[in-house]
Amino acid sequence: MLRKILAAATFAGLVAVAGPSLAGSTQAPLKEVHWSFDGPFGKYDQAQLQRGFKVYKEVCSACHSLNEIAFRNLGDPGGPFWNPKYKNSNDNPVVKAIAKDYQIADIDSDSGDAIKRPGTSADYFPSPFANTAAARSANGGAVPPDMSLLAAAREGGPDYIYSVVTGDGTDAPAGLTIPDGKYYDPWMPGDVSAYYKGDPAKTPVGGFIAMPPPLIADRVTYDDGTKATVEQEGKDVAAFLAWASDPKMEERKSLGLSVMIFLFVLTGILYGSYRKIWSNAGH
Amino acid sequence: MSDHPSTYQPNTAIERWLDTRLPIIRFGADLMSFPTPRNLNYWYTFGGILAFCLGVQIVTGIVLAMHYDPSGAGAFLSVQRGIMRDVNYGWLIRGLHANGASMFFLAVYIHILRGLYYGSYKAPREVLWLLGCVIYVLMMATAFMGYVLPWGQMSFWGAKVITSLFGAFPFIGKPLTALLWGGFSVDEPTLNRFFSLHYLLPFAIAAVVALHIWALHVPGNANPTGVEVKSKSDTLPFHPYYTVKDLFAISVFMILFAVFVFYMPEALGKVDNQSMADPLKTPAHIVPEWYLLPFYAILRAIPDKLIGVLALAGALGMLFILPWLDTSKVRSMRYRPQYRMFFFIWIVACAALGWCGAQEPDGQVIHGLTTFNLIDYDLNSVTWLSRISSIYYFAYFLVITPLLGLTETPLPVPDSLYTPVLSHPAGVPSGAAAAPETKG
Repeated sequence: MLRKILAAATFAGLVAVAGPSLAGSTQAPLKEVHWSFDGPFGKYDQAQLQRGFKVYKEVCSACHSLNEIAFRNLGDPGGPFWNPKYKNSNDNPVVKAIAKDYQIADIDSDSGDAIKRPGTSADYFPSPFANTAAARSANGGAVPPDMSLLAAAREGGPDYIYSVVTGDGTDAPAGLTIPDGKYYDPWMPGDVSAYYKGDPAKTPVGGFIAMPPPLIADRVTYDDGTKATVEQEGKDVAAFLAWASDPKMEERKSLGLSVMIFLFVLTGILYGSYRKIWSNAGH
Repeated sequence: MSDHPSTYQPNTAIERWLDTRLPIIRFGADLMSFPTPRNLNYWYTFGGILAFCLGVQIVTGIVLAMHYDPSGAGAFLSVQRGIMRDVNYGWLIRGLHANGASMFFLAVYIHILRGLYYGSYKAPREVLWLLGCVIYVLMMATAFMGYVLPWGQMSFWGAKVITSLFGAFPFIGKPLTALLWGGFSVDEPTLNRFFSLHYLLPFAIAAVVALHIWALHVPGNANPTGVEVKSKSDTLPFHPYYTVKDLFAISVFMILFAVFVFYMPEALGKVDNQSMADPLKTPAHIVPEWYLLPFYAILRAIPDKLIGVLALAGALGMLFILPWLDTSKVRSMRYRPQYRMFFFIWIVACAALGWCGAQEPDGQVIHGLTTFNLIDYDLNSVTWLSRISSIYYFAYFLVITPLLGLTETPLPVPDSLYTPVLSHPAGVPSGAAAAPETKG
């Protein structure tokens, strides 16, 4: 029995280490952050999600869309503005107020004209650009990735986001020619060897990124009085994006706990039944 | 079912009426009372576990299909926005389905290894084994097409790489890929046909599973000793003895399954698949799911594309012809220590291939060691480890298995599967190539 579990665990371990390696592409070790949502019992820190949302709204959203998220999602259980008083997040006044600040493209139902109207809880976050071509042209040829799943779509998730947004991008190593409109970022996976004149063994790790260093101290003013350092803003927005890509995490972990307890009891009962029934097998 | 006499007694008028018209209750009762060797260990519970896996995949898959939109523009959104965020417990249903595929393969690999180790493929169970191989191939096709459906980056590029393989065939290559794609590249028509087939194939699998179970009930179960059942005292009725043992094993398996679903739902996936498919942006590293990696490594080990594709198919083909490659009359590796050693090396070779499949072809196996180039690649490269492992993979089936069966001296095989307990061996030779069991 134990042997089987061990075999299965070994197999799973083997699968885990068989992850991809990127030859040619390099990356500095990510800055590791202790997140409130780490581990099997970890939860999002709601105050942090609210601060992170503020950073997204006032900084990131100028270029990055959040296509999968509706305003109402902000008030869902586990979300930044979840309030048990408003089980239906569409009714949450904070959510309604946030939605109203956005202008949503729509069709006037009487005239058929294209219009803009204030958002409602049911609307999705509008994109900052009309289309991909517009996004590309406004950003030196690089399309800012949609942020709804960014934390899930990058190795390292929130650690990666935190590392990239808190890098200051000014201390480019000597001998590295940085292309126009790009910034050097040691945490952006890439290969800069073609742009580096110097000892090839000392080629800087990381790659180029089209995004200028996005955060400076006091870029936002937090409503809860938290001091807005670059690190604080970076952590908060990374936590918010972790929530955005995995909004059901708290529901998942709490149901998981019940399921685990159930399965262990069931397994115990079945093992007892097995022993009892086989005791009559006679040899 | 074979020579297992029916013990079912219809006790009520309705049962007697039905029994002469459609003896379905008799069928079920006979299935439950089927005499099963009493020495089956936990490795034999994976059949039941696999039936459980197939059930989970079909049920969760049917629900997912209710919420899925197989269109180029809508597929990714219907999964990531619809199923993962808006559908009640959609994250759970998809988590079960996506991780269920990995669990299914984990179980099927253990089930296959068990069959190999105990020689379950040997006469009179060749058809049972072949049906199992058919199920395995159908599973791979189904899993591959299912992985395309979320329409993420890895879905798209994985589909492109694998479907392009069919282009390697001379003459029929081009029309074949056009047929698979429904056009001239992987696009919405590809997604549509994959969705249709992904929904169809599991039912084909279920049908072959029914045949597989039928084929099992003709000769009856093999067992760890490889000695055939000789008397009724060697067996126990399937129910309750093996129903309860299988249920316990399924329950343990569910714990592992639940750890993935609830605590690491994306651990077996690729982060690239969380971005929508973009035909203009090739991911840095295209890798199939873990359960296909060994075959992917065999494919890449060979410089010529067509031969690579044939080798990939041949690697599967080895399983199909194994019953006729194994010349030994002893079934179980318990009594074949030499073959057992080669078998364990074969498992290591498969694991090495799996590892290689996830690496860049020119990656180094031992870091920092550069040797010399041979057929395009350094000897200390992933490609060469794949090549050596592939050669061993094929040699195991084509050379070691046929030759060793003729030359090795197996250990004494017991008289009957319960020799030590049920009878006192009289020293009569019974195992074909083996000396009699002499322990008292």
